[in-house]
Amino acid sequence: MAEPLVVLEGVTKSFGTEVVTEILHGIDLEVLPSEFTALVGPSGSGKSTLLNLLGLLDRPTSGRILLAGRDTTGLTDDERSAVRGRSLGFVFQFHHLLPEFTALENVMMPMLAARGREEKGMRERALSLLEEIGLADRALYKATKLSGGQQQRVAVARALVLEPPLVLADEPTGNLDTESGKQVFELLRKVSTEHRTAFLVVTHDERIAARCDRILTMVDGRIRSDERNARA
Amino acid sequence: MPFEVLVALRFLREGKIQTILILSGIGVGVAVIVFLSALIGGLQESLIERTLGTQAHIVVRAPEDLVRPVTESSPGLAVAPRVERPAQRLRSIVGWPQTLELLLTLPRVRAASPTVAGAAFALRGLANRSVALRGIEPSSFRRIIDMGPRMTAGEFRVDATNAVIGVELAADLGVSVGDKVRLETPAGRSEVFLVAGVFDVGNKDLNARWVFVSLRAAQTLLDLAGGISTIELKVAEIFDAERVAEEIVARTGLQADSWMKLNQQLLTGLRSQSASSWMIQFFVVVAVALGIASVLVVSVVQKSREIGILKAMGTRTVQVVRIFLVQGAVLGLGGSLLGSALGAGLSFFFASLARNPDGTATFPVNLTPALFLGAAAIATVTGLLAAVAPAERAASLDPGDVIRYG
Ligand SMILES: Nc1ncnc2c1ncn2[C@@H]1O[C@H](COP(=O)(O)OP(=O)(O)O)[C@@H](O)[C@H]1O
Ligand SMILES: [Mg+2]
Repeated sequence: MAEPLVVLEGVTKSFGTEVVTEILHGIDLEVLPSEFTALVGPSGSGKSTLLNLLGLLDRPTSGRILLAGRDTTGLTDDERSAVRGRSLGFVFQFHHLLPEFTALENVMMPMLAARGREEKGMRERALSLLEEIGLADRALYKATKLSGGQQQRVAVARALVLEPPLVLADEPTGNLDTESGKQVFELLRKVSTEHRTAFLVVTHDERIAARCDRILTMVDGRIRSDERNARA
Repeated sequence: MPFEVLVALRFLREGKIQTILILSGIGVGVAVIVFLSALIGGLQESLIERTLGTQAHIVVRAPEDLVRPVTESSPGLAVAPRVERPAQRLRSIVGWPQTLELLLTLPRVRAASPTVAGAAFALRGLANRSVALRGIEPSSFRRIIDMGPRMTAGEFRVDATNAVIGVELAADLGVSVGDKVRLETPAGRSEVFLVAGVFDVGNKDLNARWVFVSLRAAQTLLDLAGGISTIELKVAEIFDAERVAEEIVARTGLQADSWMKLNQQLLTGLRSQSASSWMIQFFVVVAVALGIASVLVVSVVQKSREIGILKAMGTRTVQVVRIFLVQGAVLGLGGSLLGSALGAGLSFFFASLARNPDGTATFPVNLTPALFLGAAAIATVTGLLAAVAPAERAASLDPGDVIRYG
């Protein structure tokens, strides 16, 4: 079996200084390469909190998170940023894109941040991704001039631009109408296969979950069930 | 274009009204600085110009006679109960040609001219005026005070028995070019001169008192054969004058007085003028800095989502800091360009309001490239410093919070 991309060992997360509330209780989890996983569970069960930890956007209260076999516990904020830029892509439910920039610039942004300035080939790479998600004709549109579904598709292109092995998506279709939501999900599945990228997608949609390789169900800060879909 | 600059400029461009408002604010501040500096600079320059137009930068003369009181009684000597300064007589600088040469080798000295100065009376018929006799060597004196352009009649010619007097004295004595004037010293020597020219140095007292004659004629009249009483100097940098004078005292043992010492009041006036102008400018800079800082603090709050997204995409803390520092610097620089234009316009407008009858500006506004460069540099650095606190705030934003709460 392939080496896991991410390993969580006994991860807990508490919030508050006066009144400390533990939100995640001892999570153990492995995410494998190219795996398309759905994370489901009632609201408030800790899905976003878990995703933030996986994305190194937040630090666990206890336990370890290993990324590509490497312990991330002792990393400084900048090292975590660097790892994030290299190994992880994000698609969020809200505020998908930077409103000041065009679709093309938004897709280029992770490359610009990583390299410090525009280099040869970046523009072409971003354009080819926009082509792939069917929005090449909108490349020079301001982000705010795109529909919700279009914005979310651009966000998918942006998450993929540095070819990360894992993309984390927190309710990427939550804010979209059914039709746009379906389109975005189809896109995620397609790019996951084509780019051999692992996805961890938080969703409330049963039908979407049913079409994933693996379904993790969270309840009250614990992983209640972890099923692999036979069909996939 | 560096990533940070790209993002900074875009943030500014998209924050239209905010950016325009703060740019105008900085512009007005910089305009005040430019205008004030140009005005005060111009005023001071014309004041100094007016003062130094008729004055050497440094005047070197023989040291005053010192009284050596007898303090201890010794046989045959009485102790003076009171010490009185002796009457100062006109003294020649001993070995002045060598001294002159030495002074000319000093690096900061630009010109030196030997002169003989003493008191005399100018007589014409029944009219009698007390004057300041100035024996000069025209070739070198021209580089100390250029009298050529200040002549109202005749020419500045002081060879042989030619003399040049001021308009006031000419009127008092009722003489004009070509007339004769007798000069007489308190010691009783006298000589008749021909008025070769009449000058106006823009100072009534000097116009009434100065009488220029040749060095030799003055030496004869003042009984200073072959000697000179003063050496007048010009230095390269006028505010160096006092230091150069001190150096001369130390090296020659002669007395040397700079224009700064002789015009203490003017200097004090200039200094307090500068000080109040600095003060105003300082507060303007503070106001500009606070303006930039407050706009950026607001912008950090407004852009916290964007900052969170940028961080999630791998933007490092130092890059976030730079994005906001660049914004501060760009605001400062942009505002200073605006302000320089505004300040220059204001200066020209002001100068055009105050005009002499002949159409020239009453006082020149002194707009130099250095002034604009200085204003731009100050505004840019101010912007940069004002952005430090907002930038650190932006850098400390937790990307997790931003994502979670959208
Ligand atoms: N920064 C925080 N401080 C305090 N409580 C938090 C914080 N973030 C999340 N929580 C709490 O943790 C629980 C899980 O939240 P979240 O991970 O957003 O759930 P989900 O995404 O599954 O709806 C909620 O009860 C929420 O109120
Ligand atoms: Mg959530």
